[in-house]
Amino acid sequence: MLTITIAPFLVAILAPAICRFTPRACGWILALLPLGLVLYLASLAPTVWNGQTVVATTSWAPSLGLDLAFRLDGLGLLFALLITGIGVIVVFYSGGYLAGHRHLGRYYVALLMFLGSMLGVVLADNVILLFVFWELTSITSYLLIGFDHEREAARNGALQALLVTGTGGLALLAGLLMAAQITGTYQISGLLAGGDLLRDHPLYPAVLALILLGAFTKSAQFPFHFWLPNAMEAPTPASAYLHAATMVKAGVYLLARLTPALGGTDLWWWTVTLTGAVTMLAGAWLALRKTDLKQILAYSTISVLGILTLLLGIGDEAAWTAMAIYLVAHGLYKGALFLVAGAVDHEAGTRDITRLGGLRSSMPMTAIAALAAGVSMAGLPPMVGFIGKELVLEASMRQQGMITLTAAVAAAGALLFAAAGLAAVRPFFGAAGSPPKDPHEAPLTLWLGPLLLAGSGLLLGLAPGWMNAAAASAAGAIAGSPSPPVKLALFHGFNTALLLSLLTAAAGTALYLGCARLRKLAMPQWGPAGWYDAALDGVMSLAAAQTRILQNGYLRYYLLTMIAATVGLTGYAIARLTALPLGANLGDVQFHEVVLVIVILVSVAVAVRSPSSVTAVAALGVVGLGMALIFVLFGAPDLAMTQVVVDILTVVLLVLVLHSLPQVSRPTKPGPRFRDASVASSAGLLIGLLVLGTAAIEHPADSARYFIENSLPLAGGRNVVNVILADFRVLDTLGEVTVIAVAAVGVFALRRLRERPGEKS
Amino acid sequence: MILLLAIVVGSLYAGGLYMIMRRVLIKLIIGLALLAHASNLLIFTASGLIRGRAALVPAGGSLDFRQVADPLPQALALTAIVIGFGVLAFALALVQRTYQVVGSDDLDQIRSTDT
Repeated sequence: MLTITIAPFLVAILAPAICRFTPRACGWILALLPLGLVLYLASLAPTVWNGQTVVATTSWAPSLGLDLAFRLDGLGLLFALLITGIGVIVVFYSGGYLAGHRHLGRYYVALLMFLGSMLGVVLADNVILLFVFWELTSITSYLLIGFDHEREAARNGALQALLVTGTGGLALLAGLLMAAQITGTYQISGLLAGGDLLRDHPLYPAVLALILLGAFTKSAQFPFHFWLPNAMEAPTPASAYLHAATMVKAGVYLLARLTPALGGTDLWWWTVTLTGAVTMLAGAWLALRKTDLKQILAYSTISVLGILTLLLGIGDEAAWTAMAIYLVAHGLYKGALFLVAGAVDHEAGTRDITRLGGLRSSMPMTAIAALAAGVSMAGLPPMVGFIGKELVLEASMRQQGMITLTAAVAAAGALLFAAAGLAAVRPFFGAAGSPPKDPHEAPLTLWLGPLLLAGSGLLLGLAPGWMNAAAASAAGAIAGSPSPPVKLALFHGFNTALLLSLLTAAAGTALYLGCARLRKLAMPQWGPAGWYDAALDGVMSLAAAQTRILQNGYLRYYLLTMIAATVGLTGYAIARLTALPLGANLGDVQFHEVVLVIVILVSVAVAVRSPSSVTAVAALGVVGLGMALIFVLFGAPDLAMTQVVVDILTVVLLVLVLHSLPQVSRPTKPGPRFRDASVASSAGLLIGLLVLGTAAIEHPADSARYFIENSLPLAGGRNVVNVILADFRVLDTLGEVTVIAVAAVGVFALRRLRERPGEKS
Repeated sequence: MILLLAIVVGSLYAGGLYMIMRRVLIKLIIGLALLAHASNLLIFTASGLIRGRAALVPAGGSLDFRQVADPLPQALALTAIVIGFGVLAFALALVQRTYQVVGSDDLDQIRSTDT
């Protein structure tokens, strides 16, 4: 199973080459990949539907508990078949839709990588692996939405989708890690088995909130729904695939997958069901107010995602079965309608339904596909959408005392019915519109896909028994235990659900006819999209403000910040010590040493305080000579000699350069001067304490012993310091010589640089 | 004696840090030089002080490593002194050049590379 997840990534790498080689046929060639995956998954299907799971584990980083663990059960298989099946159609459709596009290869890279990531999400059996694939779908989605990157709207839509789903992804990671810590396993199947542990844990609400945040942002649940309509900037086949059929359902998948671990509590029921219900109604209502085909479809997708979430919130066998069937139904009809919208846009040059009409005569094949898919979306027989809607209504009615829930589902059904009319009927019937292009039938690649999808919807509607095993095993996987067999039928007899269906159809027809009036209704202009903008602006101004403060361009403030922070933090650590670990034996002091120290201290003071640079340089020279004397006194003649030479050279250089610099002093104000002085003094005090602290440490003399004992026998030298420099640690010396050489070249270059014209001299 | 040297090291650091926070370029250089001294002396002092006995192996004899100054920190400090000088020389050339190009030795007026 590792292979089928990796395969799309490998093919993605080859895609640009294939597209360059045969730009016309590459869609068909690349579609072979998802086709192969469908066949492979189908070959596994009987095993899975018999209640077994297929497991494949490859060790990745075992020390971190990280395995490439994959697990195929009824739920995963349902999603995987949807992903690969619709993938086949989207891949070859894209070849026709983007025919001749400069970056077709690039598009396929992102699309196929998305396919692989999505498969990874639904097959992964390790929380980290799941998260990695989850984020990969966000990233590939970003690339696909922003594919047309020369338009600002596409870039903004892509960024918005990435930020919203990415933030949710981070919350998800935190939630998954907490869950893994609580249950003690990173394996998802193990995590599900430890559900009781998780639900009884005091942190359960936090885990649930974080994971729901991840799922809700991904599946565009209210109030995070706003990114989905903006993601419609993607090329239409990508919208059909990512933002209708697959990616947005990753959140639904996650909820379903984690139901055995997190579900079944009151908190779950209320949060998930309510969020789903609000999303369902808001999405369907907003869909009717749009005139752009893709926008109508996007909002109706939000509504359907709300329905699926609501079903998972309800969380019983009936709801899970309804979820599985409605998922398939929606994937088929919404994929088809998006592809139809793409074909219409391609051939008529607009997606505005107020400018479209009567296309059925010029685009008959597309019209058939649209109509069939639209019937499914409206929830009318004999399509699979009808079965799905009936099941949803029945599941909502099984909730005791929740008549409002049923009413809400029915209302959403009516609104979706009207939206189906807008998206599938309006452009093809009635009087001819005024599109910018003279419409004619789309090429085969553009109508075959939607027709196949809509046809599948019809087939599954007429023979719903084919889905029995799939629905039962998916519901069983969500439940975490084998579920009773499911018997699906197109006609359930005359019952309340059918009556409600008739009511919603009637109400939907009324809404469809009145939708022009609906669009004129005033709506409040605030909403979550505004909150997103405000949050983004807030982050931007925060960044600008902190840059202004921290990156102010004054060297001394940078230094001041660094020194003060170091002193503060170290000082805090020292203040927490009960006793300073100072050396007890500070040693005896001799008179000449005291004199020497006083000379050095006075010279430092002069070097710092003197208004004249020349005096300061002279004082610096005295400091250097004082250092040399200290070295002499404490057994370091080599250091002393070097110090004297360097000191003389330094003073000479300084004096030479001083000549060419102005002799003006710029006294700072007393306030800042006092501030700098106190920060510098505290740093000095700290380091002084550090030196005293080192006296308390017993020096392990191993290195000294080694060098002293081996200096003569190994290196043949009596001056141990010299031997270390020239023999034992000669690489250090080589480095030192290199530094000096580089500095010399640098100095030479700076001196010899010619003035460029226009420069001040 | 270590108490006195601790005072010296602390004062060198304090003076050096104060100087590199000034506006005038040449003070920055003096600050750097003071910091170089401070660091060398810090390494030297921290390794333990032994008066007067250098790590020199006498002819025909051997040396007790407990009786003489540790040679390794000395070697490190020697390298540091030389490198410190290299840095100082380069910084000085840079300062001179900067003044030629920008026409100011005031750090507040040298705030971008595009001056």
